[in-house]
Amino acid sequence: MKPALFDYVRPESLSDALALLRDDEGATVIAGGQSLLPMLNLRVTAAEKLVDISRLHALQGTNDDGTTVSVGALVTHAAIEDGLHREAFNGLLQRVAAKIAYRAVRNMGTLGGSLSLCDPSADWPACLLALDASVIAASADDGEREIAMEEFLVDAYTTALESGELLTRVVIPRRPMARWGVSKVTRKSGAFADSLAIAVLGDGDLPTRVALTGIASCARLLIRTSGILDEDREATAATLAEAIREDIVEVHEDVTPYQLRCHHHTVSTAITEAQSWSK
Amino acid sequence: MVEVTLTINGEEETVVIDARDSLSDLLREKLNLTGTHVGCDHGACGACTVHLDGTPVRSCIVLAARCECSDILTIEGTRNDAITDVVRRHFHDKHALQCGFCTPGMLMMAVDIIRRYRVPSEEQVRAELSGQICRCTGYMGIVNAIVAAADELDGQRATA
Ligand SMILES: Cc1cc2nc3c(=O)[nH]c(=O)nc-3n(C[C@H](O)[C@H](O)[C@H](O)COP(=O)(O)OP(=O)(O)OC[C@H]3O[C@@H](n4cnc5c(N)ncnc54)[C@H](O)[C@@H]3O)c2cc1C
Ligand code: FES
Ligand code: FES
Repeated sequence: MKPALFDYVRPESLSDALALLRDDEGATVIAGGQSLLPMLNLRVTAAEKLVDISRLHALQGTNDDGTTVSVGALVTHAAIEDGLHREAFNGLLQRVAAKIAYRAVRNMGTLGGSLSLCDPSADWPACLLALDASVIAASADDGEREIAMEEFLVDAYTTALESGELLTRVVIPRRPMARWGVSKVTRKSGAFADSLAIAVLGDGDLPTRVALTGIASCARLLIRTSGILDEDREATAATLAEAIREDIVEVHEDVTPYQLRCHHHTVSTAITEAQSWSK
Repeated sequence: MVEVTLTINGEEETVVIDARDSLSDLLREKLNLTGTHVGCDHGACGACTVHLDGTPVRSCIVLAARCECSDILTIEGTRNDAITDVVRRHFHDKHALQCGFCTPGMLMMAVDIIRRYRVPSEEQVRAELSGQICRCTGYMGIVNAIVAAADELDGQRATA
């Protein structure tokens, strides 16, 4: 099906793009288009004007300063799948990227687009929450601000980005020795998750973070589960299972028995995988 | 109305389009390149796969306007391509198509799989093809054809 009519502009620079977004409330950003165009084609959303940011150099680069890695909003899932900053996160980003959609979609879809959309089943929000990342948002008049992932992800399809703001890059603390686990349940390979859990175990001062998505809202941290893994190393399987259950019931309102089992499975599998890495 | 200039199958073209036109609209409706098939028009089936600047994309969810200065390869442009020719022959030999609706997308994807994996295993081909939907063949022939084509192309490289 065809989308309803809209205008199209492709600003030449980040500052032009930000000015356009400030001056025109009806403008919608398009990056890879891999979520926006299907939604426009199906007419589940509409746009008056698309501001194409896909060629803005300022949003493309990446940088590793030895403590944190910054990844431009326009970096594609495929570029990450192919090994971008593999060592900095012990391969976690590659594992996640490779299971998003299909290669032809990953060639276009971007990290910034996935985060900004905040689909309740998307992979990057959960992964970056588990890695304790933050996003940098820019606007024409207020410059840049940094937003921690917990505050950035507000609800299904809702982020802390304000009107006129662009997500420019993601900043992730390096975890070269990370012991991590990922478990995703989908109806079909490449589809959005019924449940997706990502566990990154604590190390030194860094706490364990277990994130779950495929829930009613958007990716959330499992606080009790993460806490037990750090504080109670002797915890029995039953104690851990109970913490997981309590966390799921808290983050997933009106969870059905199928969803509860599904989440329980992904969370335990991700934790077991993370624990299987040698220290 | 937007004017775009891009390279399609090696020829530079300037086309006037609607801002809302997808790359598949531009190919099929403006340039009559109907080898690119449209199954779902929302990124779910892979029938419309073409190469944009050397990598496969789903042309129904790429805006034509964004393709300014891009290099597009469609199934029509692979007629004399040595690699696609080998893949095509194996599709024929292994009965990898029936109605042919999915085939252009399958071939465009197959070439990219072979480029990235060189000699992909059957399992890798299956995983990579999971986004390309075929309603006829049951996939066995398609998977076999890609594995066999990759083996033949690898043999050619070894003896070259
Ligand atoms: C068949 C298929 C299967 C998929 N499966 C999965 C899956 O399993 N897991 C998964 O996570 N995703 C999946 N996706 C979605 C895919 O990952 C998208 O690429 C991603 O969600 C959006 O990125 P994009 O660059 O294409 O964004 P776009 O579609 O261009 O934009 C998405 C939204 O974000 C906004 N936006 C984009 N960039 C910015 C920015 N820099 N600043 C502010 N706002 C911005 C846009 O205005 C729009 O509202 C799938 C997509 C398809 C077509
Ligand atoms: S027609 Fe483009 S993916 Fe189905
Ligand atoms: S041959 Fe008919 S859809 Fe694949």
